[in-house]
Amino acid sequence: MAIRKTKHEMPEQEPKERIKNFKEVPYGYDAKTAIDEAKRCLQCKDKPCMQGCPVEIDIPGFIKCIAEGDFDKAAEVIKAKNSLPAVSGRVCPYEEQCEGRCTLKKIGEPVAIGRLERFIADYEREKGVKNPKKVKSTGKKAAVIGAGPAGLTCAGDLAKMGHDVTVFEAFHAPGGVLMYGIPEFRLPKEIVKAEVEYIKKLGVTIKYDVVVGKTITTEELLDEYDAVFVGTGAGLPRFLNIPGENFDGIYSANEFLTRVNMMKAYKFPEYDTPVKIGDVVAAFGAGNVAMDSARTALRLGAKKSYIIYRRSDVEMPARNEEIEHAKEEGVIFKLLTNPTKFVGNDKGLLTQVECIKMKLGEPDDSGRRRPIPIPGSEEVIDIDTAIIAIGQSPNPLIPRTMKGLTVERRGNIKTDEDGQTNIPGLFAGGDIATGAATVILAMGAGKRAARAMDKYIKSKK
Amino acid sequence: MYPIIEKKVMSETVKLMKIKAPLVANKAQAGQFIILRIDEKGERIPLTIADSNEKEGTVTLIFMEVGKTTKQLGTLNVGDAIENFAGPLGKPSEIKNYGTVVCIGGGVGIAPLYPIVKALKKTGNHVVSILGARNEKLLLLEDEIESFSDEFYIATDDGSKGHKGFVSDVLQKQIDEKEKIDMTMAIGPVIMMKVVANLTKKYGIKTLVSLNPIMVDGTGMCGGCRVSVGGETKFACVDGPEFDGHEVDFDNLMLRNRRFVKEEEHACKRAGVM
Repeated sequence: MAIRKTKHEMPEQEPKERIKNFKEVPYGYDAKTAIDEAKRCLQCKDKPCMQGCPVEIDIPGFIKCIAEGDFDKAAEVIKAKNSLPAVSGRVCPYEEQCEGRCTLKKIGEPVAIGRLERFIADYEREKGVKNPKKVKSTGKKAAVIGAGPAGLTCAGDLAKMGHDVTVFEAFHAPGGVLMYGIPEFRLPKEIVKAEVEYIKKLGVTIKYDVVVGKTITTEELLDEYDAVFVGTGAGLPRFLNIPGENFDGIYSANEFLTRVNMMKAYKFPEYDTPVKIGDVVAAFGAGNVAMDSARTALRLGAKKSYIIYRRSDVEMPARNEEIEHAKEEGVIFKLLTNPTKFVGNDKGLLTQVECIKMKLGEPDDSGRRRPIPIPGSEEVIDIDTAIIAIGQSPNPLIPRTMKGLTVERRGNIKTDEDGQTNIPGLFAGGDIATGAATVILAMGAGKRAARAMDKYIKSKK
Repeated sequence: MYPIIEKKVMSETVKLMKIKAPLVANKAQAGQFIILRIDEKGERIPLTIADSNEKEGTVTLIFMEVGKTTKQLGTLNVGDAIENFAGPLGKPSEIKNYGTVVCIGGGVGIAPLYPIVKALKKTGNHVVSILGARNEKLLLLEDEIESFSDEFYIATDDGSKGHKGFVSDVLQKQIDEKEKIDMTMAIGPVIMMKVVANLTKKYGIKTLVSLNPIMVDGTGMCGGCRVSVGGETKFACVDGPEFDGHEVDFDNLMLRNRRFVKEEEHACKRAGVM
């Protein structure tokens, strides 16, 4: 039988419908489609896909189980390495990772590894997740700061090794960026909660409302615990630093998305936290966060939603899937357009943004062609709301408060490959160590750090 | 959950609550604030710490009922509990011996001024306190603050107590009479802080103000609380809440504080707390 060259289509909500709700866009495969898709896998001996997986999932292994219809076994194979599969099965940049290395790419599209991972995670969750086996306690204690993807992964893995793990979270809910940043229509919060429940079943305790560096210090944690992991992420929003940026109507993407996702402002006034957007919204930047912002604005009732970006389409950092979804939903892309000034009225309300057209010059430090303003190409766009989504810097709280910790120029904590900082017993990983990156890279860092912490704890008698 | 263990009605719209939050109480210092969320559907709001007791593990809040959350909070009683209570946040006040300091509190700003007055007195400052409110009924903590002050003045808009007029009138008199004022601390409505800062600027008197803009997380993540200080954007939650009053763009702050006025009214009406 000839191998099908394309992935099985992912069924999705129609764009016209979905911009009226916050429900998830793709529905997920059904069992038959999943089995058919799994059968496309060539089961390569050298498993190239696995080399692209930051959390080391045995990809051909779980796909083989699906092809054989043994979904429970597939779940076991995934869970052996990844405690958050319903999350990574939705937000991973598979095209650059596992799927990017799939042998089938030579003749067509790769196996839809991400969709299969999601299918299994959803199958397992809907069926009711089995309680994990109790592990023999080592009697050692580890602390994890931040309940985001890096921290949760690290905590889950340390618990599996038998350590007593406590996670300290500043917010009132777990998940970090999974909860405050990524919108409901891309990652339903019920799913995040279910995955966190699993981590708790592994024996992890989560304490909320604890702002480490303020409520308790990192030093105190180092005194009380055998090892400490910092996974506080990249939460410091960057602004454009152009005139008028403090007018009412201008949000950082963090503020906008936190209001909507974590505080559920889309359900205001049932929930107390408000958000207001007016008719015309512009998100500045072209990463996943900008796409999330522009698409969220449509769902909140914006009549027009722009992406304004100073480079061209090839430089856009967002995943193709997100860009496609945004276009389908009617987001207007204004590329090679650089904002220079926000204009407001006498009430302090944002009314316009002044922009200038750009052209691409020689490559800059990032290897991308540098955008250069075209004189005389100024334009003014009427907008009610601006959402600044040009990136986040590492959260400064621990770098600022932990004495003696080596912090690099961009504000990130310096670590080795395994997450060891310059302070014995103190590890770090995810965006706080690398600067803003992806959920799965943070999970991978949490995993490596857990291994190093286990080794450290055992060596310290 | 964080239980309410004491409640006092301070004035028509101002209430005091002692909340059990041992971790916060351990670390709380004058000038810092907390973020609370009453329940699952609640908003996160910042409130300044009025006092704390490490032994009891309690934090005292004194708040004015101005929006939906503070009005709802005011209806809670001893035995009720608050879902979330995180802190202490922000930088503590810089407490040292400046010499002669004038501490000015307006309205509900009197509450967060109290721990600062106390701390400044204990470090040997000559403390001149000026409290202001629209009328006598809205004054708070008079005895408490007076007991830690070397000089104590009151100003009310309607003259129902103390000087009839503004705190800035009393301050002007102090400036005229005193040989030297080394520092002024002002906490209260934005307009009051602006007037005080404008006045002291003329005389070159260092002036600190404590800002309370709209916040979501309180840990430097959302940037909702950004204020322009000396032409630079600062986050009140992590860079403040205290700033050099001569550098703050108060007009922008006033506009930003009105961001959700309509939504707030709507939420209040809906909750029947208006």
